[in-house]
Amino acid sequence: MPRIEETQLPGVGLRHDLTTRAGDRLGVITHRTGRRELLLYDRRDPDSCRDVVRLDEDEGHALAEVLGGTKVAESLDNMIQQSVEGLTIDWLPATASWSCAGHTVAETMLRARTGVSIVAIVRGVQTVPSPTPDFRIEAGDTLVVVGTPEAIKSAFTHLESGVGT
Amino acid sequence: MLLAAASPEAAGVFIELGLIIVALAIVARVATSFGFSPIPLYLLAGLVVGVAFPLSFSEEFIEVGAEIGVILLLFMLGLEYTGEELRDNLRVGLPAGGLDIALNFTPGLAAGFLLGWSPVAALLLGGVTYISSSGVISKVLSDLGRLGNRETPSILSLLVIEDLVMAAYLPLVAVLLLGVGLAAGLASLVVAVATAGAVLVIAIRYGEPMSRLLANRSDEVVLLSTFGLVVLVAGVAERLQVSAAVGAFLVGIALSGPVADHARELLSPLRDLFAATFFVFFGLQIDSAAIPDVAVLAVGLALVTGLTKLFTGWWAARRAGVGERGRFRAGGALIARGEFSIVIAGLGVTAGIEPQLGPLAAAYVLLMAFAGPIVTRSIDGWVLARRRRRAGTTAGA
Repeated sequence: MPRIEETQLPGVGLRHDLTTRAGDRLGVITHRTGRRELLLYDRRDPDSCRDVVRLDEDEGHALAEVLGGTKVAESLDNMIQQSVEGLTIDWLPATASWSCAGHTVAETMLRARTGVSIVAIVRGVQTVPSPTPDFRIEAGDTLVVVGTPEAIKSAFTHLESGVGT
Repeated sequence: MLLAAASPEAAGVFIELGLIIVALAIVARVATSFGFSPIPLYLLAGLVVGVAFPLSFSEEFIEVGAEIGVILLLFMLGLEYTGEELRDNLRVGLPAGGLDIALNFTPGLAAGFLLGWSPVAALLLGGVTYISSSGVISKVLSDLGRLGNRETPSILSLLVIEDLVMAAYLPLVAVLLLGVGLAAGLASLVVAVATAGAVLVIAIRYGEPMSRLLANRSDEVVLLSTFGLVVLVAGVAERLQVSAAVGAFLVGIALSGPVADHARELLSPLRDLFAATFFVFFGLQIDSAAIPDVAVLAVGLALVTGLTKLFTGWWAARRAGVGERGRFRAGGALIARGEFSIVIAGLGVTAGIEPQLGPLAAAYVLLMAFAGPIVTRSIDGWVLARRRRRAGTTAGA
């Protein structure tokens, strides 16, 4: 699981960075207005950006869907085909005492912290497939998650007591 | 009443105001197409209007507008950072912030004393040379796509610390400008700084519930309630002789969370309009005939404080582990001075303490607001060129 670093940009928002295995450094600035900037760092001068792509909130979500969505779809596909590749799907019941209750999917930072994705949320008789980052988890929801068995174990503890810490 | 007042006088006010604002629109259009901040051009427009077309009707209106402009500028400055950002940066950025004060406040202060000004006037000039223009800088960084750069947090952190310094500095000069005796001055100073400190603590501890009280889904409600609150607090602060600007600034600091974001979005256009009015008004008040006398001084001050800011940014970025090119970019970015230097000088001009302060500050800000973005843009190229030259000579030798 690649490590994502978080940096505060006072007055602007938040920056997340990631170095790929091939050695490229990528970043995303989340502006307070919800606008996103996709950053591609310069290899010769790693302090500066070679390219900056501006995305509005919807474009950001759409791109995340493309990037994250296929990963989830692929893993689900694999599971259905029983070629499980070390991935597990699990149903985690969020009770009122869980720290994730009342937080949005984005606020749980679940994917960044544990590598586990929430692929759906079951609320009563209703199922919300691929909840958006601003979807708020409520007590009583069941979270459908995908990840390696170890990651899901840590996701369980994170959702239970680690959100917001 | 209003309709009845549609006399030649009202018509005159509208025509004058309209002409000024249309002129500002043209100026802003030119400035943005060249990637410059329009602030120095507004100031220039004020100077030109003051010399060439004396206003006959709208001066009073512009004066009130200018004061609202100052209030909104300071309110938005306070709003810029959340309580947590202020607290976190105070911890991390203190050494760089201290260097910033030592290197950039001192030249202005020293120049004031060398000119034989009163201590208050020297203190104001120190503020003028100290404070970088967060408006100009964040715009330039965003335009150049440098917000993601590794040196950018160092730059922003310095701006945050400057913001905090303003919280102590503004009440201080407000009290000193009153020119009351030492004992009375000290007493009101203690009150002012204690209030500022208390508001900071309250903002960090209780900002959230307070802001929730103001939050509302409707744009209209948020616009009216925040604008009303800011103007009201500013007025009360002025009555208590703490200066309206300080009151507005503290309201900005106290607001946080979603309502702060909402207010920022809604009040920005209002601030742009009234702040432009303020820059014009400042230009109007300046005796432009005095500018040639202070031009050499302004250029000297600009050179010195340009270099000291460059070093401040360079040092802060080096401390953060940024490479050589990034250090120079950080230094270059911080050079721009602008709106807040004018606000500080404006306090002195309104109080009428030192006739040279206004012209000198105007000339200085004109230079720095133009030079800052130019240096920010080109410094990376200069550093690269220098490095290539050096590499070339070593290869040749």
